[in-house]
Amino acid sequence: MTQAQLQESASFAAPSSETGGGNWREYFGFSTDHKVIGIQYLVTTFVFFLIGGVLAEGLRTELATPESDFVSPELYNGLLTVHATVMIFLWIVPGLTGGFGNYLVPLMIGARDMAFPKLNAVAFWMIPPAGILLLSSFFFGAAGAGWTSYPPLSLLDETKIGEAIWIISVLLLGTSSILGAVNFIVTILKMRLPGMGFFQMPLFCWAMLATSALALVATPVLAGALILLSFDLLAGTAFFNPTGGGDPVVYQHMFWFYSHPAVYIMILPAFGLISEILPVHSRKPIFGYAAIALSSCAISFLGLVVWAHHMFTSGTPDWLRMFFMVATMVIAVPTGIKVFSWLATIWGGKLRLNSAMLFAMGFVSMFVVGGLSGIMVAAVPFDIHVHDTYFIVAHLHYVFFGGSVFGIYAALYHWFPKITGHMLNETWGKIHFVLTFIGFNLTFLPMHKLGIEGMPRRIALYDEQFAGLNLVCTIGSYILAVSTIPFVVNAVWSWIKGPKAPDNPWDGLTLEWMTSSPPPVENFRGEPVLVTGPYDYGVGDRSTEVDVPFSDAQDPALAAGPGSALRADPDPSVALHADDRQDPGNSNP
Amino acid sequence: MSIFTILLRTVLGIAVAVLVVLLSLWYGQNHGLLPVQASEQAPLVDGLFNFMMTIATGIFLLVQGILVYSLFVFKRRRGDNSDAPPVHGNVPLEIVWTAIPTVIVTILAIYSFDVYKAEGGIETMTHPAVAHVHHEQPFTLGSAAYAATLPESDALLAQSMEMPGAVEGSSQIEVSVAALRYGWLFSYADLPDVVDGELHVPVGREVNLKITANDVNHAFWVPEFRLKQDAIPGRETVIHFKPTRVGQYVVRCAELCGPYHGAMNTNVIVHTPEEYETWHQEQLVASREAVHETVAVAPVQTAQPAFLAAHVQELGIQPATLSAFRSAMAHSHQPAAVEAKGNS
Amino acid sequence: MQVSSTSLKAELNHSVVAEHTAGHHAEHPDYRLLGVLVFLIAESMIFLGLFAAYSTFRLVAESWPPVGTPHLEVLLPGINTLVLISSSFVIHKADVAVKKDNVPGLRLWFLATIALGVIFLAGQVYEYTHLEFGLKSNLYASTFYVLTGFHGLHVLVGVLLMVGVLWRTRKPDHYSSQSHFGVEATELYWHFVDVIWILLFLLLYIW
Repeated sequence: MTQAQLQESASFAAPSSETGGGNWREYFGFSTDHKVIGIQYLVTTFVFFLIGGVLAEGLRTELATPESDFVSPELYNGLLTVHATVMIFLWIVPGLTGGFGNYLVPLMIGARDMAFPKLNAVAFWMIPPAGILLLSSFFFGAAGAGWTSYPPLSLLDETKIGEAIWIISVLLLGTSSILGAVNFIVTILKMRLPGMGFFQMPLFCWAMLATSALALVATPVLAGALILLSFDLLAGTAFFNPTGGGDPVVYQHMFWFYSHPAVYIMILPAFGLISEILPVHSRKPIFGYAAIALSSCAISFLGLVVWAHHMFTSGTPDWLRMFFMVATMVIAVPTGIKVFSWLATIWGGKLRLNSAMLFAMGFVSMFVVGGLSGIMVAAVPFDIHVHDTYFIVAHLHYVFFGGSVFGIYAALYHWFPKITGHMLNETWGKIHFVLTFIGFNLTFLPMHKLGIEGMPRRIALYDEQFAGLNLVCTIGSYILAVSTIPFVVNAVWSWIKGPKAPDNPWDGLTLEWMTSSPPPVENFRGEPVLVTGPYDYGVGDRSTEVDVPFSDAQDPALAAGPGSALRADPDPSVALHADDRQDPGNSNP
Repeated sequence: MSIFTILLRTVLGIAVAVLVVLLSLWYGQNHGLLPVQASEQAPLVDGLFNFMMTIATGIFLLVQGILVYSLFVFKRRRGDNSDAPPVHGNVPLEIVWTAIPTVIVTILAIYSFDVYKAEGGIETMTHPAVAHVHHEQPFTLGSAAYAATLPESDALLAQSMEMPGAVEGSSQIEVSVAALRYGWLFSYADLPDVVDGELHVPVGREVNLKITANDVNHAFWVPEFRLKQDAIPGRETVIHFKPTRVGQYVVRCAELCGPYHGAMNTNVIVHTPEEYETWHQEQLVASREAVHETVAVAPVQTAQPAFLAAHVQELGIQPATLSAFRSAMAHSHQPAAVEAKGNS
Repeated sequence: MQVSSTSLKAELNHSVVAEHTAGHHAEHPDYRLLGVLVFLIAESMIFLGLFAAYSTFRLVAESWPPVGTPHLEVLLPGINTLVLISSSFVIHKADVAVKKDNVPGLRLWFLATIALGVIFLAGQVYEYTHLEFGLKSNLYASTFYVLTGFHGLHVLVGVLLMVGVLWRTRKPDHYSSQSHFGVEATELYWHFVDVIWILLFLLLYIW
């Protein structure tokens, strides 16, 4: 009897017969069930990931040779703009927050749904039209000013329609993200089950809280920038157009005020997911819970005051450059805390090296590279050299692909059994991991050197001297493309025909494992209770642990309720029966 | 655990740590990633980069080492379904790994600040102190590489200092730079009627560039100089540098400016002082001959890669616009069509 | 604009507690007002962003308004400001009324607030039509029109929300001292629009 089983039995898991999700049509309609919406998000965004990947392969194929020979330079710029926009706004942001946030947060905090289920569905249903709209812009000449859409380039007549479409779809996606953030904040603040204080929350919930706060505060400023940009584009005003007296740099400030925090919106939830996955498969408590939780908040706050480090060459005043340099470097501290805590969690564990764990460890490994190059580009003198070069392309892909996407893959392998009720095939999962790992590094590692040597980013044509490494990158990107095939086949096959998943295949301790796979409508049959903390692995006498009997109220050492010796830190607010519970913070009997 | 195993582990641990440090120190100096150094600023930036690379290599090896080690050593034994020992944290350890990065980034911030200051901050053109930069070591740890390259550049510098001022009065070369899709136009303060598509500068002399753009954002980047500055329409941005190595380097546009952004390259030619003087005289003569007729036969086209010339029409640069622009440039030393607000 | 109408409508049109009719669990308390409050943080950030842009444009410009552009008249917008501020007190009367189960009072005070909102909008339209500059005249003019226009749009949304609440009072027991989310949310939103206007007024007309 492990801790996991102990908690499971205490949480009144619903019998499998009661599980919902029987009707496939539900997934194409306006469902208000957070699990259905979560799956809608995950599947939709994964499709956009594949589309974004196809666009990326177009870019890499063009870059296989120095000349412009595969697509026209105009189309190339359209491809790179839409590639970035799709990957950011239609894959990583909605996939992590909308997908995993929606599916996991209510389950993890023992709630039956999100605070505003209909709003949740509205937020989701803004995504497909926005995505289709964005992709349709290829028929009218897609926006070619990059995802940053810097004026005056974005205001040129050549790509006017494409740019207008880009603005509308990003405004829609931003709105969806804000509505999601409102929902998460209220849900996490108000709907935790009794006895779950903030410091009993799983770390993913902390990450989602920090992420939502950022999305709530930062996204509207982007909306403001885009409103002004659209006036310039369509009504002929001159906010950002120097010929009419406007100032293009103001746009850059407003844009990056959102878009730097957006980096954290894309990575913080992945941090949260990794903090969940590593302890389960290491069979060890997370190392330094409070430090990880609070570092998410620190990153969220600091993330708001570093935006101008994207503008070190924009003629930003010196004192501002120095301020933003120091603020940016400070972020290395909370990020370092997380990385070291994860390593300490793994250290001395009993690692179950399944696909989820491999991707999680791959995440730590790859994210560190992106983090280190991130500190380098925070240093103003070096950033002046590599700004807008392939070094940046390499850096951002190590953060977003090596970080966020590896995190999403790890989470998909980890929660697939819970979400679908079927197990994924492990062999294919490992093949997927190896191919992804090799393809990813082959694609992006050489880009560091290309950038430092002098290759600017966003170019369709480049000098002969960069040809060799670019070819390597292109070959790597093909491997990366191929690597998704085992995953897609595995996922589709397993969803339909895979072996049935038990309720708690990984012996996890967080509440989502305490209900059936997939969970029933409204998640729990009874009122779930907290009998252990989310990471209390191995707590108790290790040599006899496997023989621990069911919770026994007569024996204080085995009682699951208050004062249980099984708890690392007995908490009177966590009692089996509602009558025994006390308010958190009022610990006197 | 016997004393012997403890001893063995300690020795092994120390050996690994020493190895990691040595590897980092070696790689920090021998990564071979950077292009040649052709400006006074380049060795400073490279010193900073080498320092960061050293630290990054150390952290990289540490993290990857722990991951790979765990992969083999902490792998679950077959049949063992129990949990690992419950370690919830270790406050002293956590303080240590909060403190160490804090110290590292503090050092890094100070070092970067120093380099930035030594580079002349890029903020103003009045920075006579730059010449002294060589002699104050911004930071002792990482500057070995750049110190090693000093004699050469110092020698060049000394050589050029001995040359009598080639141009009357100022020892700085003042150049106005206008970026436009997809080329660069340079006009020299002491060559009134010349607009050139390539930048000519003498080695060892301070060069000031006043940069603006005529259509969209561009960025002036010479990788060998380690310098980059955005060219923004409606604003004038300034960089200055001192070339230290004779040769021809590529100026690249580093801000997306349109479909042919990748082809927006030209050359910066760093002359020896004598060559520069010759070039300067030729330009003077040429411009006098060409007064008010077709302005300066500046090789804008020849500066472009050959294939670009074939595309001029597509690019939307009408030859007429270009020559009109050139004459505008020639008549006022300031770039035309820019209501420069003079952003400081 | 997109933002505000969608979510508020979504909020107003349903009640969370009625979501799942399976109903073997205790209904959770109503968090919608908190949701509106959190949403208004996002709304205020749009305005904050636009205010920051305005301030930057203004500080960088050599003269503001540009030479040749007249200064804005303060009298009419000043009256408008008083109208809007007083409407915040009026709408609060409605809130007090509904909490006393006084639905006719709610109707009366909401109608009064709507009237004040419409007066404000009419004043703005009057101002727009009598200005010497248009949207595209110069940067100064553009910022003026976009900022006041974006705010005016919020006033319009507020008026429409009040009309919606009034429409719902047809059913006699729709709002009561126990259930009046729509009234409270609209009031909250209206106060927000009011505060934004005060900032905007100080920024555009007084500074």
